[in-house]
Amino acid sequence: MATLQDFKNNVKPNWCPGCGDYAVQMALQKAAVQLGMKPYELALVCGIGCSGRLSGYIYAYGMHTTHGRALPFAQGLKIANPELNVIACGGDGDGMAIGMGHTFHAIRRNINLTYVLMDNHVYGLTKGQTSPRSDLGFKTKTTPTGNIETPVSTLEMALAAGVTFLAQGFSPQLQELTDLIVAAVKHPGFSLVNVFSPCVTFNKVNTYEWFKDKLVDVKDIAEYDNSDKGAVLNQVLEHEGLLTGLLHQNLKKPSYEELSGLSKNNQMQSVKKLAPEVFDKLVKNFY
Amino acid sequence: MQINEITWQAAGQQGEGLESLGEILASALNSFGYYLYGFRQFSSRIKGGHTNYKLRIATKAIGTVNKQCDLLIALDKDTMSNEALAMTEKGVILADGILAQEYEGKARCFAIPFTDIAKQYGSQQQKNIAALGCTAAVIGLSEESLIGILSEKFSGKGASVVNANLAVLKAGIEYIKKEAPSLINSLALPELTQKEKHLFLLGNEAMGFGALSAGAKLMAAYPITPASEVMEYVVKNIKQLGGQMLQVEDEIASCTMAIGASYGGARAFTATSGPGLSLMAEAIGLAAMTENPLVVINSQRGGPSTGLPTKHEQSDVFAAIYNTHGDSAKIVLSPSTIEEAFYDTFEAFNLAEEYQCPVIVLADLQLSLGKQTIPVPVYDKMEIRRGKIVGADSLPPITAPEYFPRYSLATTDGISPRVIPGTPNGICLGTGLEHDESGRPTEAKAMRTKQTEKRLQKMATFLRKYKNALAIDAPYKEADVLLIGMTATRACIEETVDTLRSEGIKANHVQVRLLSPFPAEEIASYLRQAKKIIVIEHNATAQLANLLRMHIEQCPHLENILQYDGDIMYSEQLLKLCKEVL
Repeated sequence: MATLQDFKNNVKPNWCPGCGDYAVQMALQKAAVQLGMKPYELALVCGIGCSGRLSGYIYAYGMHTTHGRALPFAQGLKIANPELNVIACGGDGDGMAIGMGHTFHAIRRNINLTYVLMDNHVYGLTKGQTSPRSDLGFKTKTTPTGNIETPVSTLEMALAAGVTFLAQGFSPQLQELTDLIVAAVKHPGFSLVNVFSPCVTFNKVNTYEWFKDKLVDVKDIAEYDNSDKGAVLNQVLEHEGLLTGLLHQNLKKPSYEELSGLSKNNQMQSVKKLAPEVFDKLVKNFY
Repeated sequence: MQINEITWQAAGQQGEGLESLGEILASALNSFGYYLYGFRQFSSRIKGGHTNYKLRIATKAIGTVNKQCDLLIALDKDTMSNEALAMTEKGVILADGILAQEYEGKARCFAIPFTDIAKQYGSQQQKNIAALGCTAAVIGLSEESLIGILSEKFSGKGASVVNANLAVLKAGIEYIKKEAPSLINSLALPELTQKEKHLFLLGNEAMGFGALSAGAKLMAAYPITPASEVMEYVVKNIKQLGGQMLQVEDEIASCTMAIGASYGGARAFTATSGPGLSLMAEAIGLAAMTENPLVVINSQRGGPSTGLPTKHEQSDVFAAIYNTHGDSAKIVLSPSTIEEAFYDTFEAFNLAEEYQCPVIVLADLQLSLGKQTIPVPVYDKMEIRRGKIVGADSLPPITAPEYFPRYSLATTDGISPRVIPGTPNGICLGTGLEHDESGRPTEAKAMRTKQTEKRLQKMATFLRKYKNALAIDAPYKEADVLLIGMTATRACIEETVDTLRSEGIKANHVQVRLLSPFPAEEIASYLRQAKKIIVIEHNATAQLANLLRMHIEQCPHLENILQYDGDIMYSEQLLKLCKEVL
């Protein structure tokens, strides 16, 4: 049984002290232990940005891809190597700006992998520009008079795309976040865990305190039914997306692997010459 | 009259069943062992718009179509002012109803009521089958030889549809017998004594087939003309092999997904055309930097931007070689026949794994959409080579924080061993950033320099070993002229060279099959053996000629024949242009 130590690589992250991403890193390591994974059974696929460096900070197979493309890479990897636990990670710029199209379609496709989205409402690595998640009026280097574009609602977008597992966590709530990631990995299909992971350097508005005051745990909402998409959407609208917990799960929609038949016949790992009779069959198509 | 080849053509409006008419005719002729080359010209529309399907039928192997036509089925007005004006001396036009009255050319033109025959014996939709019957009568194809093919083709639509088609076919044949008996067997081909079994397939199908034969199990792609047939072929056949074709949201996703899958241990690929290749530039760079195998089929069409979606061009040469930023190591193959398209695509998967890099199979519209009879690929010629993959058995135990040195510099050929994720004791990192031997990001100057050189070293290793860089037909040590081409101009140049030689001109021919890394040394020796050199390409900027100038020291003077009007090149025309240069 692997321990937390087995998932540590002693690389010092280039994140600022106090960054919310440290807790996400820890939650992922703890979740991997809780799930009984061995490090070589896990692959982390990241995009670009502060969050994108995460694959280099956990001892597991790691691939740091291009900006916004963690999900296409991760989906190809999961289908090709179905035994592997594949977790994609990125930030709100990665997943909601340049990679928004991939996020939406990955949700629709419902391949069995987990996407952890670290949401700080700002671009950190490029030193403080607006993000598609920035609030209206938010001032940055590129929006000196305040953001005038409506922020993307990750949760509404995910529900619209037919998400089958949608959770939201908050960095300081480490155990809850860990449990959400564990549940996400266990979910048979695409799972999205959005994490409010504050940027202490470039976002002086949406701070730890700001989130702490506003976030409501769905466990505290009377008769919250996470299987009822309409009711979930109403709660998301009512609380302006500031909820934590397992917001929605739909176990009725089968995964891509089930629907495509790959769960029964996946020969991706077998790279060899076609059997002569199979080759002959393909040849005969062209007579 | 007996002849050795016929060019048959049907022209009319899109949606009139011209392609299926050509396909049925071709199937019958293929079963007799004739050599065929089919080519369709079309516009980006579903219904309506003038289109044609040309089929060249011969008793020896052919690889392109002629400009002129011997037997033309004319189904719309446009045909009378286009295809009908490019007839051979012996040519015959069968024009639907009153269209014949509009013909002012020199060929023999007959008014045949295809539409009326179809209506009388079946339905108007079947006028293509009436045309099939008339064609059969003129080229000496028996009704019996078509019955089986027609029955099979329409079997899914029920017995009444099959019977109506057979009735219209018979009526077409009978009409020629009664109303134009002089045409019976007037363009008949000699019976073939040797009946070799051939495949009749599109270049796009050949590439899809090559990929599946090479063990490719994941194709991710976005539909685009003229590459979509690769997806359509693959989706029909990949499930039974335990694989999957995914139509994804865009070409950035398709290419990146293929890289993810090949990182995961599968053989994966995508297929596209210029606009898609532009979007893939980013992912191709990722594969080059992370040294992951990737196969991209790119079928060129007219550019730039959306350009000429349904027309032929060879203007993505530079885009294929250079479209991603940085010093990126990649291989660009350019098959020049449909048979080579099969083998090169197969081989692309070996090269991608052996050299851990992107491999682009650069086709063009004619190669993709030309449909040709080719010999059955030789099963024993196909060999799968996966390069340096290390399995769990040969890995010493490691524990956190030790990594497998995925980008090890301890190599003489530039190729570091790789592991498939999920392998115990093989944990390693990868990144699009410059990295050290374990895949950790670094900006250290010495490491940056060594890793760059390692990636480029692979290409030098490859170029030294690769045997199929050129297709050479150069018998003359002192040639009057050397013709150089790439991709689908091969057959057109070959026919031109035959004619030049028959006229006493010592003509050599080299078709370039490898564009990156460029086989400069090999090709230079042929340049020096020729008095004149003509580079033939379908683009306006002489991309191939400029590659030669860039890579060959003291490159001799190069003449260019450039065509960029969207049409393919015909040997009649090329011969004329070559003579102008000579």
